[in-house]
Amino acid sequence: MSSLVKCPHCGLRPREEFAIRGEVATPRPKAGADESAWFDHVYLRDNPRGEHREYWHHAGGCRRWLVLSRNTVTHDISDVVDASTLKVGGDA
Amino acid sequence: MMRYSALSLLGNAFSKNKNWKPAWRNPDPKPHYDVIIIGGGGHGLATAYYLSKVFGVRNVAVLEKGYLGSGNIGRNTTIIRSNYLLQGNNPFYEFSMKLWEGLEQDFNFNAMVSQRGVINLFHSDAQRDAYTRRGNAMRLHGVDADLLGRDQLREKLPFLDYENARFPIMGGLMQKRGGTVRHDAVAWGFARGADQHGVDIIQNCEVTAIDREGDQVTGVQTTRGAIKCNKIGMAVAGNSSHVAGMVDMRLPIESHALQAFVSEGLKPFIDTVVTFGAGHFYVSQSDKGGLVFGGDIEGYNSYAQRGNLACVEHVAEAGMAMIPALSRVRILRSWGGIMDMSMDGTPIMDRTHLGNLYFNGGWCYGGFKATPASGYCFAHLLAKDEPHETATEFRMDRFARGYLLDEKGVGAQANLH
Repeated sequence: MSSLVKCPHCGLRPREEFAIRGEVATPRPKAGADESAWFDHVYLRDNPRGEHREYWHHAGGCRRWLVLSRNTVTHDISDVVDASTLKVGGDA
Repeated sequence: MMRYSALSLLGNAFSKNKNWKPAWRNPDPKPHYDVIIIGGGGHGLATAYYLSKVFGVRNVAVLEKGYLGSGNIGRNTTIIRSNYLLQGNNPFYEFSMKLWEGLEQDFNFNAMVSQRGVINLFHSDAQRDAYTRRGNAMRLHGVDADLLGRDQLREKLPFLDYENARFPIMGGLMQKRGGTVRHDAVAWGFARGADQHGVDIIQNCEVTAIDREGDQVTGVQTTRGAIKCNKIGMAVAGNSSHVAGMVDMRLPIESHALQAFVSEGLKPFIDTVVTFGAGHFYVSQSDKGGLVFGGDIEGYNSYAQRGNLACVEHVAEAGMAMIPALSRVRILRSWGGIMDMSMDGTPIMDRTHLGNLYFNGGWCYGGFKATPASGYCFAHLLAKDEPHETATEFRMDRFARGYLLDEKGVGAQANLH
């Protein structure tokens, strides 16, 4: 993949500045949700061969959580946005 | 089929090596098989081998989307060991080690099994305690383990950076029976052995869909036509989520790229396998003289069999921190493979929600050492519909039940295992 990631706040930055959390999975369930919802959220992944949305943390830069849209085969990054703009975190 | 021996070598030498036969057939797919194994890598081939040889199921096909050995079986750093801590893991990996020890005689192929020892270095009192505990757990399971002090280690491996200011080396945990195996020969040996027992190995045959009827599977659609079967075993490593997606399964697995490296050929230098305890780095020396080494996965999901330069730098730094003499060694080549990283770092081998579909995957980056036992146990599961006694904990539902096998203790974060 490209060794540079375009942070929406900092511009093009080397990949080493980022920590990777992984797939934007099913939204975090409410605290009282049943076990199967939590199991889904904590353990199951789509893990697609192709377009993938994932959390990256710009640990060595602005320290904002970002959501990358990245192709897992070509490694092209089509979009990077601040995670707060997407509201993908769920209810909790 | 020709049996390899000193005599066959001599005979063929006198006939100018013109009479060697191909090691396995290249058949067209039949319309129906008892068992179809998706994935012609190490685990798939080993499964077919034991299924046909030990469990007597001979009407078997192995479907491989590329050429035989094009996946992780030919992309790893060839290390074998059984130095596991957990109850659910240790007996399985020790079973694998025992199979390695007799493998070459069993399948009549030279896989260059070399029990040169595996040493894990420790760099602090806490790490020594952890390795002592691991060594004791191994011995309780009947596995050999020796705790080496710094002086004993110095005699064996004088070139390590013992006085490293940040991570001084205090000793190591050694498993003498660990070592290396020539990985390509493992694929070839299992393929040849399976073929001899009647298994059809079908290369360049990618599965594109799995046919279902109710809660049963009936066959597969492939790039070489439709094939019917009674049972399907899935052993597709890094593509587990992709193939499982064909039957609407979501798995506790992420696919990640891992790189391996080989240096230029050097004089004999390292006669064992050494792993760094202060970073992720492991190295051995091949019989050709090249240093074979690797480090951590890249950290992001990937289905591309290549790695990133940032990881190359990281691995080189870790190697230098352990063996400063590596500073002038040149890397000859590097390559990447796709690991199926499970959420607790331990494999899954189980039935699925479809009655006659079986799953084998989630081997993370430790699948090579498990190849023979994985094949044996998966064949056991396919033939008898119940897990082998050493593989009872690799259940699909252990995540939901809370019975994780988290050897490293880092939680449900696949890229940290």
